[in-house]
Amino acid sequence: MQAPLSPAAADTVAAAVLARHDGRQDQLLPALHALQDAIGFIAPARVPAIARHFNLSRAEVHGVLTFYHHFRAEAPARCRVTLCRAEACRSMGADRLLAHAQRTLGCDLHGRSADGSVSLDPVYCLGQCANAPAMTLDDAVFARVTPARFDALLAHALEADRPAPTHPGGPSFLPEAV
Amino acid sequence: MSVRIYVPCDSAALAVGADAVAAAIVREAARRGLDIDLVRNGTRGLLWLEPLVEVATPAGRAGFGPVDAADVGALFDAGFIDGANTHPLALGPVERIPYLARQQRVTFARIGITDPLSLDDYRAHGGFAGLENALALPAADIVAAVTASGLRGRGGAAFPTGVKWNTVLQAPGADKYVVCNADEGDSGTFADRIVMESDPYMLIEGMAIAALAVGAARGYLYVRSEYPHAIAQLQAAIGQARAAGYLGADVLGSGRTVELEVRKGAGAYICGEETALLESLEGKRGIVRSKPPLPALAGLFGQPTAINNVLSFAAVPLILAKGAGYYRDYGMGRSRGTLPVQLAGNVRRGGLIELAFGATLREILYDYGGGSASGRPIKAVQVGGPLGAYLPESQWDTPLDYEAFADRWAVLGHGGIVVHDDTADMGRLARHAMAFCAAESCGKCTPCRIGATRGVETIDKILDPDAPAPQRERQVTLLRDLCDTMLYGSLCAMGGMTPYPVLSALNHFPQDFSQADMPRPGRL
Ligand SMILES: Cc1cc2nc3c(=O)[nH]c(=O)nc-3n(C[C@H](O)[C@H](O)[C@H](O)COP(=O)(O)O)c2cc1C
Ligand code: SF4
Ligand code: FES
Repeated sequence: MQAPLSPAAADTVAAAVLARHDGRQDQLLPALHALQDAIGFIAPARVPAIARHFNLSRAEVHGVLTFYHHFRAEAPARCRVTLCRAEACRSMGADRLLAHAQRTLGCDLHGRSADGSVSLDPVYCLGQCANAPAMTLDDAVFARVTPARFDALLAHALEADRPAPTHPGGPSFLPEAV
Repeated sequence: MSVRIYVPCDSAALAVGADAVAAAIVREAARRGLDIDLVRNGTRGLLWLEPLVEVATPAGRAGFGPVDAADVGALFDAGFIDGANTHPLALGPVERIPYLARQQRVTFARIGITDPLSLDDYRAHGGFAGLENALALPAADIVAAVTASGLRGRGGAAFPTGVKWNTVLQAPGADKYVVCNADEGDSGTFADRIVMESDPYMLIEGMAIAALAVGAARGYLYVRSEYPHAIAQLQAAIGQARAAGYLGADVLGSGRTVELEVRKGAGAYICGEETALLESLEGKRGIVRSKPPLPALAGLFGQPTAINNVLSFAAVPLILAKGAGYYRDYGMGRSRGTLPVQLAGNVRRGGLIELAFGATLREILYDYGGGSASGRPIKAVQVGGPLGAYLPESQWDTPLDYEAFADRWAVLGHGGIVVHDDTADMGRLARHAMAFCAAESCGKCTPCRIGATRGVETIDKILDPDAPAPQRERQVTLLRDLCDTMLYGSLCAMGGMTPYPVLSALNHFPQDFSQADMPRPGRL
């Protein structure tokens, strides 16, 4: 996970991102993705500028932002965990894995660990249903996740000098020991 | 001479450590002074064996799996790069593994064999022959070939693809579009993902042919944000296909323009519904549109639009290359061609199984799947995603065929099969189906928006162990009533099909809803 940007730097980045997207409405979702990828989240305070750029009302932009589960209004945790809660993963112990994650992190789904470093969210299917249960850690996906593997992956992710994945989704950074 | 070794780069392999295995193989070969050529292929779909490492030998490709990075030293010690079959992970020639050998690989014929991003590999395995043929045909003839193949949309509704394309071709419109529905949100489905990650040029070729067939110059692939690897792979493949002249302003020198663009979803199941997907592509909330007008007449930006599932587009290159009859000759009844079955959940050998329509569910569960992963009896099988019915053992002889499933008040959907053993609590799973509908409803119509929330509350009352039996029975009656309203009053299949998992669980597994017998009026 990248270091958080200062508010001034985030404003500069946001202006640059918007400038790369012309004002047609079908560019709204690509622009929101680019904003979140660059800054980490889309603060409510940024909505008026987005609305101006796309010639939409603030309500329309707010409506889009809140409709989609992917967009965040707050800075992400240093480490983002999502656990699959869909049927195939349930059939292979996703409930037990969730209980373990809740115990380990001391928080519920949609929550964060006490020190705020790890967020825990549900996701409905990662396309890994034949090797359930599955989870993601930041942008990498993991399958056949046992509680022990969960702990090892998390410990590795929380090491300060962990190399970042080279591009979203893969290649994964699965440590050999895990 | 260097030995060619394959380590898949599909996310199913990556998710269980394929990169670490590949790195270990390179390191170990260097340490031993051995000359190897490491290829990152796609997945064979034998997902319980991932990471499945293959070594090219004179006798074919020898398989080893599932390989952990820690196994690599021992594999070299056992002489695996000379094709020695002595290591415990040795599987012998991959093509002869019964799970694979008994399939009818048509759409997935190349998948797992090639390097997904190699244009040379793609061409060497028959790629682009369909596009070349299509470029020589009038649009109406391309549509006629797809119609004659009997291809029905693989995204769920099973509507004849040729009929849809003909509507778009005939529709007046300044601009026309092709849109690929790659939202694949159903639990238990991953065939679209495998196509995108392991054979992206096939999808690109299918969409290019569709664009020629309907008179579109532009296409969009709407891919869910949960699939970052598929998105990266498609973007890379589109770039290379364009550079090689298969896309762009002058496709293969024909003067025809076909541009494709990937758009990322943002975590909303309903955006798999075709009109909600179009709204999302236009930059709006993914709210379902009332039909008519059909997207084929007024779709993206109000223009005629052919919107199809990944597997529907992926079937097209072969139809154009080998002829409609080749495809139509697979299958049964009105279900022609092959169905990429996706077997998942509590099953020993989960993976992708491409078969002509007509195999039975029981064959899939036991002959391919090998029974449950837990070793316990299988109890219930959900087919067709989170909106599909749960089938009890008495229905496992149902052939995989759209009409046969409809006759049993079930759906084939996108071909996803999720297995549950006897520890599954069908009451909890029914509750999950309602809760999922409540969370993912687009909110446009009342039966779904309010109904699903009420459904969760009602199921909670039924499952409350402290409630007296008569009270619970009243709630069951209420739940059936509510399901009826959702079934017949919802605008789309999100609310309209949530009763399938709920009522099938209630009907076939009443013991999971109470200790006493529940009333079971009628077939529902
Ligand atoms: C709630 C809901 C979710 C859907 N999700 C998908 C999906 O993820 N992928 C898909 O191809 N079709 C999905 N569909 C079906 C599409 O609406 C549409 O029928 C399909 O994209 C048409 O393509 P086809 O004719 O090639 O199947 C969904 C439908 C509904 C009602
Ligand atoms: S059934 Fe649900 S998802 Fe479909 S239109 Fe109605 S509210 Fe939207
Ligand atoms: S159900 Fe969990 S990955 Fe598909």
